[in-house]
Amino acid sequence: MARTSTAARPSKQTIPTQDKISIALTVNNVERTLQVSPWTTLLDALRDHLELTGTKKGCDHGQCGACTVLVEGRRIISCLTLAVMKDGAKVTTIEGLAANGALHPLQQAFIDHDAFQCGYCTPGQICSAAGLLAEGKAKTVNEIRELMSGNICRCGAYPNIVAAIQQAMGQTGEKS
Amino acid sequence: MINFQYVRANDVADAVRHIATDPTAKFIAGGTNLIDLMKDDVERPSRLIDISRLPLNTVEETTDGGLRIGALVPNSDLAYHPLVQSRYPLLTSAILAGASQQLRNMASTGGNLLQRTRCAYFYDTATPCNKRTPGSGCSAINGLNRIHAILGTSEACIATHPSDMCVALAALDATVHVTGPDGERTIMFADFHRLPGDTPQRDTNLRPNEIITAIALPAPRFVTNYSYLKIRDRLSYAFALVSIAAALELEGGTIADARLALGGVAHKPWRDTGAEAALRGQPANQATFTRAADLLLRDAKGFEHNAFKIDLARRGIARTLTQAANGTPQSQADKKVR
Repeated sequence: MARTSTAARPSKQTIPTQDKISIALTVNNVERTLQVSPWTTLLDALRDHLELTGTKKGCDHGQCGACTVLVEGRRIISCLTLAVMKDGAKVTTIEGLAANGALHPLQQAFIDHDAFQCGYCTPGQICSAAGLLAEGKAKTVNEIRELMSGNICRCGAYPNIVAAIQQAMGQTGEKS
Repeated sequence: MINFQYVRANDVADAVRHIATDPTAKFIAGGTNLIDLMKDDVERPSRLIDISRLPLNTVEETTDGGLRIGALVPNSDLAYHPLVQSRYPLLTSAILAGASQQLRNMASTGGNLLQRTRCAYFYDTATPCNKRTPGSGCSAINGLNRIHAILGTSEACIATHPSDMCVALAALDATVHVTGPDGERTIMFADFHRLPGDTPQRDTNLRPNEIITAIALPAPRFVTNYSYLKIRDRLSYAFALVSIAAALELEGGTIADARLALGGVAHKPWRDTGAEAALRGQPANQATFTRAADLLLRDAKGFEHNAFKIDLARRGIARTLTQAANGTPQSQADKKVR
């Protein structure tokens, strides 16, 4: 934190490779044990180690939201998260939202409202929206748009995404 | 990302012990900025000390009527904390103006203070940058400097501090609590961040091996007449071109006390107590607000692409003070500037 230079380490210096670290993650209600390097992101752990490729790598810099997953029920950016730091955590990805053979209300709403074109951002959009519903802070369209602004849709399906989330908010309200 | 060692700290003393053993180690909490910088090879720590599990994640009332915010409280939790929303609404508003909800869920309070500039040249290791490689030169001064600073710049660096939260903390007289090898100390918020001078590689006055443990706020003021206005290139999820935190205490139509701080214009959150003094005792009207803005911007200096910020800041200050005086703070969801 108090380091005075960002490039303190000479560029050619190599750091002895740390042995892989064993971590446990409960991913979509299944306990998984995996061996990761310290620099393995949660996104790469999900995609490359656990072969859960629903979560997408967009920018890999926390600017697009395609890699959004839920950790302990909160939406986070998995490309900027080190897997080793989430040892013991409960992770939910797009593959874990459907339950008992039924689509999650958000998944159904995205279909109903045609809330995607290419679909690349969709897993992140839906996981982010699931986090948004759990937070309960968004009530108006403006609030939905603001609190979903971390998820970029290059195709520009935003109006339909907002409509889908509104539908899911209604469904959630009826059930609870 | 380059290889590095990973170690998890057990408590604050353990964290300080770990960092003192390795001059190229860094703490990691939320990681939202550090991991990004590591992917771009701008930050090259040999070791990351994971402090994310330390018990620094509570918001507590203090005996003087203020709040003590643990350094690991996530930005989103802080913004939505009932005591912050009710007693320090300026802070809530500023936090919600920054980043995205996902990033706010990850980013820590202490880490927000320590985030680095988003100057594109700082991120681009193919270009000279005095902040990244001291003595190599500044690419921004004669480069694409549209987002850069207009106040407190030096010939070595014209980068800005990117935080919104810190602008509110500066306005609200926060203090930063740190622990290091020599024990604990408290830093006034105005003294925490630095101007670039000839050492732009140093963003803050933290000493080697110190860790932020908490941010403290004094007893609440400015609960009614405040506003945080952030002006940027898109309506959400973008860094400020100019942001303004304004807070007033009014007696009738007269300003009894004022706070005024800007983001996006300097190497640190830019609070101007001289401009605040110029507001005090004056009628809360446009003439007063414009005079304070002119005073705050008296030494502003534009570069090739960012001179527009001076006029933007002048108008923004007057607008934000008007919002504060009217008790109609800028909504961070409804983007209309009233």
